[in-house]
Parts: sequence; C-alpha cells; structure tokens
Amino acid sequence: MIKVKINGQEQSWDGDPDLPLLWFLRDEAGLTGTKYGCGQALCGACTVIVDKEAVRACITSINDVAGREVTTIEGLHPNGDHPVQKAWRQVNVPQCGFCQAGQIMQAAALLMDNPKPSHDQIREAMSGNICRCGCYQRIENAVHLASTGV
Amino acid sequence: MNFIDHPRKLRGFEKHIRVEKVSRRSILKGLGVTGGFVLAAPVMSRQALAYETGAGQMPHGVVVDPRVFVSVAPDGIVTIIGHRSEMGTGVRTSLPLIVAEEMEADWSRVKVQQAHGDEVKFGNQDTDGSRSTRHYLMPMRQIGASARTMLEQAAAKRWGVPATEVKAVNHEVVHSASGRKLGFGELAADAAKESVPSIEGLKLKDAKDFRYLGKGQVGIVDLHDITTGKALYGADVRLPGMKYAVIARPPVTGGKLVSFDPEAALKIPGVEKVMQVRGWPWPSKFQPLGGVAVIARNTGAAIKGRDALKLVWDDGPNGKYDSVAYRKELEEASRKPGLVLRKEGDADAALKGADKVIVGEYYIPHLAHVAMEPPVAVANVKGDKADIWAPVQSPGGTREDVAKTLEIPEGNVTVNVTLLGGGFGRKSKCDFALEAALLSKELGAPVKVQWTREDDLHNGFVHTVSVERIEAGLDKSGKVIAWRHRSVAPSIASTFAAGTVHQAPFEIGMGLVDMPFEIANISCENPEAAAHTRIGWFRSVSNIPRAFAVQSMVGEIAQATGRDQKDMLLELIGSPRIVKPNVKDLWNYGEPQDSYPIDTARLRKVVELVAEKGEWGRKLPKGHGLGIAVHRSFVSYIATIVEVAVDDKGKLTVPRVDTAIDCGTYVNPERIASQIEGAAIMGLSLAKYGEITFKDGKVQQKNFDDFQVVRIDESPAVTNVYIVPPGPATPPSGVGEPGVPPFAPALINAIFAATGKRIRSLPIGKQLEA
Repeated sequence: MIKVKINGQEQSWDGDPDLPLLWFLRDEAGLTGTKYGCGQALCGACTVIVDKEAVRACITSINDVAGREVTTIEGLHPNGDHPVQKAWRQVNVPQCGFCQAGQIMQAAALLMDNPKPSHDQIREAMSGNICRCGCYQRIENAVHLASTGV
Repeated sequence: MNFIDHPRKLRGFEKHIRVEKVSRRSILKGLGVTGGFVLAAPVMSRQALAYETGAGQMPHGVVVDPRVFVSVAPDGIVTIIGHRSEMGTGVRTSLPLIVAEEMEADWSRVKVQQAHGDEVKFGNQDTDGSRSTRHYLMPMRQIGASARTMLEQAAAKRWGVPATEVKAVNHEVVHSASGRKLGFGELAADAAKESVPSIEGLKLKDAKDFRYLGKGQVGIVDLHDITTGKALYGADVRLPGMKYAVIARPPVTGGKLVSFDPEAALKIPGVEKVMQVRGWPWPSKFQPLGGVAVIARNTGAAIKGRDALKLVWDDGPNGKYDSVAYRKELEEASRKPGLVLRKEGDADAALKGADKVIVGEYYIPHLAHVAMEPPVAVANVKGDKADIWAPVQSPGGTREDVAKTLEIPEGNVTVNVTLLGGGFGRKSKCDFALEAALLSKELGAPVKVQWTREDDLHNGFVHTVSVERIEAGLDKSGKVIAWRHRSVAPSIASTFAAGTVHQAPFEIGMGLVDMPFEIANISCENPEAAAHTRIGWFRSVSNIPRAFAVQSMVGEIAQATGRDQKDMLLELIGSPRIVKPNVKDLWNYGEPQDSYPIDTARLRKVVELVAEKGEWGRKLPKGHGLGIAVHRSFVSYIATIVEVAVDDKGKLTVPRVDTAIDCGTYVNPERIASQIEGAAIMGLSLAKYGEITFKDGKVQQKNFDDFQVVRIDESPAVTNVYIVPPGPATPPSGVGEPGVPPFAPALINAIFAATGKRIRSLPIGKQLEA
C-alpha cells in the first residue's frame, strides 16, 4: 500500500506501483486540473510540485512520491489567489488554457526557489512548458508581475 | 472537381432553414415562453443586417431569437448561451458580450452557458474558418436588442406609459419622467409574455454608447477556472462507472488489422478488456480508422496494456508513401503546365518576352496540429441513445456523424461541448468521438477514449504538403509584367472522395487565384497531386504555403532589382481598387463579394501602418534584418514585420515582431492581440521546425522531441499588434487564422536581409548553419 499526501490529504494506492502519478491524480483521485500533453516530460502540461520541486507527473510513478507531499493546481491556494494565479488573471495570459495549470505550477516552483528572477531566468525556467496557442509573452510578463507584487 | 464549395456542405444538410418551429427545453426560463418561431438569417432584410455575410448559407443558417439565447432569472442573473466552441479565441466570451451590450445587461451579472450540439435550435455551430464574429456580430446584437425591447415593453405596461418613454440602462429599465426603475429580474416574468419584436423594427445601440464592444477590458469568462484547474476540457469529463480506453490504430492510412494477440496486455494490472474497433476504408471523411482498444480502470494502465499488444497490420495501398520521393513528384509536376484556374492576359507569352524571369520554387511540408489537448472523448451509449462529451469544433456535425455511425436518430444523440484544449482544425474532425461512441455501445458502459501524443502525430489529419512555383517576368525597367503561379498539393477533398487530384475551390481561393497584385499577365495553375494520407484543415489552411510563396517572391523581386521590400510590395499591390480576378465562381471564404471585396486600399493600409508603427527601415545591429509580408485571408488584411538576428553559427532569434490587422468591426481588441501574438509563435514554429515526414506510409515523428514547436526561450522578445480602426459600416472579418500566413515569409525575407541567404524550403531546420 502506497501512501502519499496530495494537497494536504492522505491518499493510498494498492494497484500498480509503476502507475504514473499523472494518471493516479486524474483518473483515480479525480484531480483533473493536472493535464496530459505528451507522456514523456517534453511539454510540462502535467507539472506538479513534489515537496518544493516542480516535477513532471507523467514520468513520475506513484511509488516515487510515496510518503512525500504533492501539490497540484487545485491545492496551490485555497481560493486560487496565489500571486502567480492572480498575475495570470491580471495579464490575461490564457488562450485555450489547457497548458496553464502546468505553467502556473512551474512558475510557482520557480518563485519558491528564486523570488526575483530576471527575464532570462524566467525564460529558462519556463522553457520546459509548451504553449501551442503561443501565450509566451504574457507568461513571461505574468511571472515577472508575480515576482514584483500583484 | 467542384463538389465542395463549402467544406461543411459535405455534411449533406439542406442549405438553410428559413422558418423553423422549435420545441424548447429547460434552459429557457424567465424570458422564455412556450413554443415560438425561430427566425433564420435569410428572412432578415438587407437594411436590418447593414451588410450581408455568408452566415445564411451555412448549414442551418442563423437563429435570431432572444428566447433561445437569453434567459433572465427573478434574481436578475442573465444567462446567455454561447453556441460556438471555445478553443482559445475567446469566442465563448465575445459573442455573449455582444448580446449583453445590446440588452444593457451588466456583465458582472451575466452567466454564460455552453450550448450542446443542436443546429436547428441554435443555428450553425461549426467553429472554424474564423467565422464566429464575422457571422454573429449582427445576429447577437439583434438578439440583445430584442431582449432589451421586450424588457422595456414589460416595464412600460407595468407603469402604463408609452414604451418610447422608458429605457433599459445597466440591468434595469428606467422611466426618467417619473424616476421609476425596475430591475431586469423584476421584469423577467412579464417580459417573457411579450412577443418577440420584428428584426426590421429593432433599434440598435449607437456605437458611441458601447460599454463593452471594441473596448477589450473584459477578461474571458473561463479565466478564473483555467487558473485554478477547474476548467472542464474534454479530457476532464468523468462519469460513474466510466472505463478508460486507448486504441492501437493502423499505422498507415488505409491499412487494416490482420491479427492481434491480447494475452500480454490482459496481464497488465488494471487492464480489463481488449477489443477490436470497427474501422472504415480510406477515404471516408471522419470515420474511425479501426484497430484494437485496451479497456482499463485508468488511462495509465490502458497505455501500458496497449504497449503490450501484439499486432499484425496490412499497410494497404499507401504503404510506400515516402516524403522524399513525393516531393520530387510535386516538383516535377510544378514544372509542367497544369489546370488553369485564372487567366488574365497571356502570361506564357509575356514570360517568353520578358527581360528577366525570376523563378522561385517553394516547398512547404506536411504539418501536424499538436493541440496541447490530444483528441479525447467520452461517450455513454445506452440502447438507441447516445450522450457524448467532447472538445469538438463542430458539435452539430459530430451529432450527425454519431447518429449515422450508430445508426440511431439524430435526436437521440446529445453532444455536450467541453472546452477545447486547442483546436487548430484538428477538432473539426470528430473521429475520436465516433470511436468513443462505438466502444461505449459495445461495452455497455461509459468510456473515455484518450489519444496519446504519439497517436495524435501518427493518426491525424495532416496539413497538406505543397510545391508552389512562381515565375515572375520583368520588363527592362524592372516592372513585373507576368506572373505564373503553379500550386501542387494534395487536397483536403481527398479525405472525402477517392481519386481527388485537384484542389477544391475553397483551397484555390486561399492565396492562389485571389492574388491581388496589379500585373497585366497572370496565370494560376493547379497540376495534379494525389493524396496518400489523410489531409485536413490546419489553422489558416492553404494560405500558409501560398502566402509563403507569393510574399517570398516579392522579396526575391526586390532582391533582384535592388528595391526596398516594402516599396516593391506596394508597387505590386498597385493602385487602390477592387480586385476582380478572372476566376469562375471565385470562392471568397463563403462571403458575398459586395460586402467583402478584395480591396487593395485596405491591403495597402496595413502595409503602411505596420511600416510606420514597426519603424520599417530602422537602423539595426550587425547580423539583424527586417522582413515584411502582407496577406488577405478569411477576408481580413494583415501585414507583419519581423526582425531577426542570426549569429555566426546560424542561430536564429527574433527580437521583435510588428503586426497590423484590419479585421473590420471588432468586439474584443484584447483577444485580437492575443490571437496575433499566438499566430507569431505558430508561424515561427512552422518556419523553424514544422515538418511531418512519411516513410513506408508511416509518420516518422513521435512526440514533441522530434516534432518540435517554439518554446518560451526562443519566442519573440516582443510582438506589437496594431488594429486598424473600422469604418462606420465595415463588416467584421476573421481573426483566429489570418495572423499565421504572413509570418513565415516576413521571417524568411528578414533572414535574407540579415544574411543574404534565401530560404525556399521549410522548415528552416539547419539551413542557416555552416
């Protein structure tokens, strides 16, 4: 039996220990905010925070996070008012929105690690997250805004 | 081959429905009463419309009835139906916002509800072709004005005063003579009893009184849900007892399953069943390819189970399709005369007599949509009833195709439209919903079919591949006197009918025969090309290769004659005039020529505007260059300037992009800017990396590592967007697609300015290295 804390709640799993965390979150725990985009850690749509680090849930097994704390977009802030979320709304970042949970989680992890990133640091840290709609200019501006106070 | 004059007519619907009696359902409370007539577009007078669009020619036309689209609850909450699909353009906000504007509703007290697929009730819902604002700006205003009039009439009756003395203002009706006011909620029940006013008699708001239209201060309705993970996409639908399915499909278009061994798959923990899926022969529109489905308790188990399947395929007639060999075929075809589609003067003779002939042969490969949400759908089929949840661009078409596939009445199919995690034309095809419907029927349980990214690349409907060959003849003074453009590309029509070898009218009308230059001798030709895979719509469609070729050629002519690119472009566009190409039944994005002519004054204007705002001719550091391109598509006019920097090792960066768009009367400039910013990224992606190749009939790319798209660290540092203010009666035109086509040629012209290298084959790949 694997136990993991997701958004502050203890969850358990006695199925395949190799099941990717992504599919545990989405299909078993019903937390569909974390998205599938590639399954190979190439697009970042499935980004969650494990302890304090951004992780691609599609290549992380449920066994890999046993006993650790996982934060998904649903658990980032109780009212959805994390500075990154607020900045995202202020800058009107999303188009289709599908990649945005992953983008927001990556940005939140960046700011935990580096509260005042430069534009180059933002571009580097966010370069694993693809947005096919092409919202990059606004993503960069929103991360900058979140780092300087919304 | 003229059987498609509009793609959606392939659905076989009657052209339009004039007056239709509808039975209404539960969404119509408050304003709604029982029964009622729905007025379709063709009934509307020319004066009422102010301009004519092709909306009435679409399947099921336009429905203009406030009782279908608007309801007012006693607490004052106004619910407005969004009947088009939201894939990132902002349409789920923009169209209801138009209704709210005209009815004087306060946007903070408006709820938007997504319509299910029902075109008899809502009118055409096919969200493609950059048509939503173009076709629905005026109908939505009429719906809002009708609702406002009904509320005003109800208030006037309550007070016993003439209706002319009352006025709706910000969610209430006011009688200023007596100072009385009634909120929309208080009037809802009475307003519902009022008859729907005639469209001809409606008074529309004066543009100077607009609170929302053209302002851009309203965020999209899904903004909060998107940033908190609550937004519901197709992939996020969960039903009690739902199974998860992943399908192994034939790797070659037209291939078939020979045999399969499910044993190893069935041993994977969580896998419950392995079953064959019915497939249709190629071509058969959007029908499933067939294959083997693995059914599991979660998607991860289903994927693992599929990996364990042992499968034997017969690759069928396309098993030898090879991109390298096919390119040679297209190139050879482009060097011989083809079907002449537009002929003015005598281009062949003028080319022979020209002082100089410049030849450009351009290659644009197959492309894949790779929307971030791969195809996915949920179906729950019970007996002869089917409920579908899917991210589809055409819920009406999906409903029809599900009914046909399951052989049940269309009225028994409910298509619930979720948010689309990107569309770009891929989700105009409902094959994935049909797969879910077939599996659910056989399983007797709700099922979600999830495509992996590999499936998306291997079994999609790729953008065509083309060779565009242009020969421009110049006289002694350097003036262009002859233009011969041969476009060779497999047609989208080949996905609908076997044996198609020529482009359909809607494809040749995208930048080939509608070429706007003022040249005496023109020949536009279409040599034959047969398809060997499924070809489908991709955002901007044939405009991508055509704009690339035509606007690159402008750069080449400027290069050969030592002229400034922008001056050359304006000289070729020529005098301000209406272009009337000598083409039989010229396709104009489905729009009438009267309202949407090819207007070179507007084309010139966007070039001049972007040149001014984008500081054309500015001094640049070494290794930098500027390029310009303009293209009319989806009846909008767009010009783009790209600045590039290319370093010693051939590394390309884009410091700045400037784009000017004339899309006529517009609703939400903030969303127009976001579409254009995104179009620059998509244009850069296809120019730098975009290429799907085939070998032995199979797509060679698998995922985002070998089908790359632009990431944030290589995106333009800044994209500036300038919107041309519309004239008082300029009809609205497209926004979602027109931004893409001019980007690649502007980029390529900039690369030439920076390096002296002329790129004629996309993607750029490693061509700048060495």
